[in-house]
Amino acid sequence: MAYVAVRGGQKAIEKSIERLKYKRLEKKKSIKTEDIEASFRLLIDQVLSESSLYSRELAAIALKQAEGSVEEAVFLLRAYRSTLPRKYYSRNAESSSMFVERRISAAFKDIPKGQILGASFDYTHRLVDFELKDETDEDARKFFRKIESKFKKEESEIEQFPKVVDYLKSEGLIAKIDNDDTEPRDTTKETLKFPASRSERLQILQRGMSQAVIGLGYASLRGYGAVHPTVAELRVGQLPITIENPNNPTSEEDSYSIGSIEITEVESLVPVTKLLKDGSHEINFEIGYGVTLGQNETKAIAMSILDQCLERKDEGFATSDEEFVLYHVDSIEATGFISHLKLPHYVTFQAKLNSARKVKGNSDEKEI
Amino acid sequence: MKKKFNFAFFDEGSKREIRRSILKAIAIPGYQVPFASREMPVARGWGTGGIQLTLSCIGQKDVVKVIDQGSDESVNAISIKKLITDTTDVEITTSTTDATIIQSRHRVPEEELNENQIIVLQVPTPEPLRDYEPSETKTKILHGEKEYTGAKLLLFEQIMKYNTMATGADHPVEVNNRYVMAPSPIPKFDNPKLNESKATILLGAGREKKIYAVPPYTKVISLDFEDVPFEVENFKGKSCSHCGASHVYLDEIIDQESGSVSYQCNDTSYCLKRRNGEIQ
Repeated sequence: MAYVAVRGGQKAIEKSIERLKYKRLEKKKSIKTEDIEASFRLLIDQVLSESSLYSRELAAIALKQAEGSVEEAVFLLRAYRSTLPRKYYSRNAESSSMFVERRISAAFKDIPKGQILGASFDYTHRLVDFELKDETDEDARKFFRKIESKFKKEESEIEQFPKVVDYLKSEGLIAKIDNDDTEPRDTTKETLKFPASRSERLQILQRGMSQAVIGLGYASLRGYGAVHPTVAELRVGQLPITIENPNNPTSEEDSYSIGSIEITEVESLVPVTKLLKDGSHEINFEIGYGVTLGQNETKAIAMSILDQCLERKDEGFATSDEEFVLYHVDSIEATGFISHLKLPHYVTFQAKLNSARKVKGNSDEKEI
Repeated sequence: MKKKFNFAFFDEGSKREIRRSILKAIAIPGYQVPFASREMPVARGWGTGGIQLTLSCIGQKDVVKVIDQGSDESVNAISIKKLITDTTDVEITTSTTDATIIQSRHRVPEEELNENQIIVLQVPTPEPLRDYEPSETKTKILHGEKEYTGAKLLLFEQIMKYNTMATGADHPVEVNNRYVMAPSPIPKFDNPKLNESKATILLGAGREKKIYAVPPYTKVISLDFEDVPFEVENFKGKSCSHCGASHVYLDEIIDQESGSVSYQCNDTSYCLKRRNGEIQ
């Protein structure tokens, strides 16, 4: 009976959940979450960023439970996040205090202290490495033994670097911008209202779906927004995080260190034409900013483009429309609402049907 | 890393925050109060607004009923009930009259509610002007100025096209002579039940991050025109094949073999009670 099928009920759900577990374990293998942590570094980075919860261990468990679906893993972590009391806000973290592992500038060949390629796929050829099929833990150890001594030395060299943008500022190439010390709004505790503040925009883009942020950033770069930036600096590294000492809240020295997080930070330069008083034009550079938890470089660059689009608010481009961009990049909201179409809708459909029949009745009369 | 969750899932700070928004919503009937909607273990669009209202109001003595499309047995209603019992252990009922909190998607129960009850409606699109104006900034201004030509215009266009107001569910209403409100996708059949309701009506949109409310004994009028009055869905001459009820919202059932059409009460709890002789 159709009615029973729609009602489904307790039993059907239980069986469906059991079936899901069956599918996950069908091959009679269970991956260790530490293996996920070890082997899927960048997948975890994507999940960290979109769920805005920095825990590699939890991300690995979520990925295991979600059978590798990013959308599901992010969903799990965001829901878990709702149960955690928010005890502290960290002190402002200056990205110049980052311990840099990778740092490039597309704007200058020579930047103070130089470029560091670090770990990147950029210059690999994307040829499938069939040997990986047979790679073992022993191979991994062997590789490490060979390279370890060299690596250790390099790691100890990791240090803090001046920011390229600061150099440009000191050269007078970009207008000096006053520090904006407005207290950031927390979008997870306050509803987004428009016009949104920059802190809200950056938070929403940071936790946005990587592919959605990249897609919209690309749209702007390609023609729907016409922001064509130059990457002044892209850096990846560990950023130390501290919280205030309640007995001495203003002192930086007395603050407590609670560890560090890996972030990707991008500062893009976008040329803007400024009309001067005498009617002539001048080219200036403005900065688009992108930052993500973990190493998510394409997303961070796209975010810097969208930041600039939303700051400038060019009329006529969807990528400059705050509501269009900020309302539609969140994974939980987009995947949730689209998947709700799988729910039964027979009451609403019956109502629509009733209207359709009524209209049909009316139009029949009209034809006479 | 086994972890037990707090009573009703949220931490107490979150619950208090949501309750404050609810109080504001009750104080300004029909006004959409923005709130910091939490991510839930249930997907957005699957009732997260309603669940947040229920979980932030629920106490240990509450008795909860959850319905989806009129049915206590619908898969999503079962799933929501499971979340509520897993995190609170409160009593669950299917009886409309026994419940203190009723969470519902797309229906208001057939049995009349009383002053001690809260009905929580799940809302996908809280903005009644959204089809007319996509921008949130602009619709907020329209509400502020009580500028509801757009809502009327949508209905007027339907009359021009179809000779009748062709809204299905979610026919807009005016609350307390002030705010135009989306009653959530309940059929027009249920709109009159909102008017002067004895129970408190809370509406929650999780994805759109809005809470709004109709306090008890508040005037709720469905939008219409003098010459084209509001009409509910018409089931004239049809009745439930199980209990014989005729003045209720009916589901259309098509027999798979014969292809013949019959009708059944959409409100399954109501139908069951009638069949058991508990109500007339």
